[in-house]
Amino acid sequence: MSGANYTTTEMMTVAASRLLKNGAVCFVGIGLPSTAANLARLTHAPDIVLIYESGPIGAKPEVLPLSIGDGDLAERADTVVSTPEIFRYWLQGGRVDVGFLGAAQIDKFANINTTVIGNYKKPATRLPGAGGAPEIASCAKEVVLVLKQSPRAFVQKLDFLTSVGYLDGGEARKKLGLPGKGPVAVVTDLCIMKPDETTKELTVVQLHPGVTREQVQKATGWEIKFAMNVKETPAPTETELRVLRDLLQRTAVAHGQAPAA
Amino acid sequence: MAEITSLHAAIGSLLHDGDTVAMEGFTHLIPFAAGHEAIRQGRKNLTLIRMTPDVIYDQMIGAGCAKKLIFSWGGNPGVGSLHRLRDAVEKDWPQQMEIQEHGHGDLSNAYVAGAANLPFAVLRAYAGSELPNYNKNIRFIECPFTGEKLAAVPAIRPDVTVIHAQKADRKGNVLLWGILGVQKEAVLAAKRAIVTVEEIVEVLDAPPNACVLPSWTLAAVCHVPGGARPSYAHGYYDRDNRFYQAWDEISRDRESFSQWIKKHILETADFAEFQKVLKENAKEQLV
Repeated sequence: MSGANYTTTEMMTVAASRLLKNGAVCFVGIGLPSTAANLARLTHAPDIVLIYESGPIGAKPEVLPLSIGDGDLAERADTVVSTPEIFRYWLQGGRVDVGFLGAAQIDKFANINTTVIGNYKKPATRLPGAGGAPEIASCAKEVVLVLKQSPRAFVQKLDFLTSVGYLDGGEARKKLGLPGKGPVAVVTDLCIMKPDETTKELTVVQLHPGVTREQVQKATGWEIKFAMNVKETPAPTETELRVLRDLLQRTAVAHGQAPAA
Repeated sequence: MAEITSLHAAIGSLLHDGDTVAMEGFTHLIPFAAGHEAIRQGRKNLTLIRMTPDVIYDQMIGAGCAKKLIFSWGGNPGVGSLHRLRDAVEKDWPQQMEIQEHGHGDLSNAYVAGAANLPFAVLRAYAGSELPNYNKNIRFIECPFTGEKLAAVPAIRPDVTVIHAQKADRKGNVLLWGILGVQKEAVLAAKRAIVTVEEIVEVLDAPPNACVLPSWTLAAVCHVPGGARPSYAHGYYDRDNRFYQAWDEISRDRESFSQWIKKHILETADFAEFQKVLKENAKEQLV
């Protein structure tokens, strides 16, 4: 990465945003997914429909929300509905193309944990919990996951399986009869992984510029597989970086975390 | 018909030790004033329900009001962990607290079932998840028509639901707007409902389809301007994010937490005193 004019977090955000197609209906988690989804909306996907679980549909926030239920999300949305309606009519109703989520832990079959680290009854760390993730992982037509890569996050065995990816791989998810296809990509600060067509095991398909296979392996708690032809992720363009940085700067000013320019 | 009364009187007469209580709000219109009043009056052994327990439930849990928490996501929104919730779960402080956790789709459906007077809610979820292994209130049923396996959860019927809203009229009809979460469902599912409001007006002037809770669905309406601070009330004030950030520091430590509760809740007459502190102080002084 030496000499690059962008950070690894910026690369991750940009790479994730590129996976969202214009016009897609996208159910957005707070944090990194929300940043990447709004970057997509402000660059190549102006007609993307962003749904937040608090109720806004077609949200077009001027700045990134502090929380999942900011007033700005409601003010600039196509409509605002109740939370039961979001989950019943819109998500379970089959209208969401992409569920866009983060996680505390992920395993090689893209199952995720957002519940506890350690034992459930006496956890070492109590995490916030499921939120909307189990239903999103079940019902969105596809799921894209975005999180930083480290051995603490990419683990051999989850401490708790909150939301289902491909269980123990192969046909296991299909047998459950879930409406959604499951995770189609995992975007990190090092690479992009996709599930193998047959085994469903996460396989590195793209390395971000300057990242080595050794780095990826070191940041993964299992023996990571690489695709036959691993490509290099195109570096962020000037436009992508400018729009992302403007968005983050506007956000910091609006939330009182940076002085106005 | 709702009685228009003080928050002190409403909590005093309608919320009892041992009750199951839902103080709802999805980061908007959080009933902070009511939560503070419950702490001030020393409520104990409550079963707290909320989809997104945040700072107000953290305060109630740390202050020893709760014996059980039913929830689907517990965090300080946009900031991080709830340290009092974590201390209760991880280290039984100030007392052991049972937790029963769900997902948002599940818990919001359970409120709908409660409002509809049905015994349970049904949804398509949890196949493959470990949550049902730890929550016996998530079970599976077979659809009698198609045979599909679906998840079922019992309806939520709180003894008391408390929400904050923008407006009431003099008869106690309530109007709220913006991000509404499950507030309407939580009120209609409850035996008794308390609503604190920003203002009381002559006429609500609500357009058709607006979210109006008629006076006869409520037990009490209390005029508490700023009652959702430091969260926001759409059309009235923004979230005071300084406090959410300050809370991370205040709540990390048992001693600083207890001092804070004593100073800003137990030794105050009402919520107006805390609002004055919020208004007049820089972030560093909130700690």
